[in-house]
Amino acid sequence: MWSWVAHRVTGVAIFFFLLVHVLDTALVRVSPGSYNDVIGTYKNPIMGLGEAGLVAAIVFHAFNGIRIVLVDFWAKGPRYQRVMLWIVLGLFVVTMAGFLPRHLMHVFGGE
Amino acid sequence: MSAIADPKAPRAPRARPSRLTTRGNTELYGWVFMRASGVILLVLIFGHLFVNLVAGDGVKAIDFGFVAGKWASPFWQVWDLLMLWLAMIHGTNGVRTIVNDYAERDGLRLALKVLLYLAFMVVVVLGTLVIFTFDPCPTDAPAALLPSFCTA
Repeated sequence: MWSWVAHRVTGVAIFFFLLVHVLDTALVRVSPGSYNDVIGTYKNPIMGLGEAGLVAAIVFHAFNGIRIVLVDFWAKGPRYQRVMLWIVLGLFVVTMAGFLPRHLMHVFGGE
Repeated sequence: MSAIADPKAPRAPRARPSRLTTRGNTELYGWVFMRASGVILLVLIFGHLFVNLVAGDGVKAIDFGFVAGKWASPFWQVWDLLMLWLAMIHGTNGVRTIVNDYAERDGLRLALKVLLYLAFMVVVVLGTLVIFTFDPCPTDAPAALLPSFCTA
């Protein structure tokens, strides 16, 4: 139930970011200067934390999505759905533990 | 006495919808598409995030030159195009499902879906045009902002 709610919430959040992200990338077609100005805002610490949240949402949605596929298509999927939720959360923690220090170093580390 | 429990009284039948909301197998194909595209998107997006946020200097390194360097290669053009289309169809279909679930008033549901499909068209067309009409070395831009291969 809660994984279902989280899947919807993260899905909608990712979708709205995707709309904005295509628009900001489209600025490469306007001029190098305007693209660099807007992408520059992605590098400030507040946006950096936002990116960490976005990546967390994507990682959860991705792993939980694989769990949904397994529940639907793997004969033993429904029986192991609860175990698989713990595996999803475990993989989420491992992936974020790999990503966060590296990303936060890029965002908060000096030049 | 029968061995089984008395069946509960049947519920009053729900009012029939005035029209069928789907015909044919469209919803089935959508359901399959969400799973198939989801698996491909995991690979495409994890690759995208690794190259753009983890490798090298991460988000700090992203500028016009970085994007131009990637799109100089057909590999990344195809990667990004596939990612754009699959993510937009997957995301639009997901939001469509949510609109259908929660927007109960017919007028509101229609308005939200018109808005959703409009956003889909604009973003997919714009994104596709940008990938294919992109010029990594615009002549009127300062050379310092351009990838190094422009001056070579």
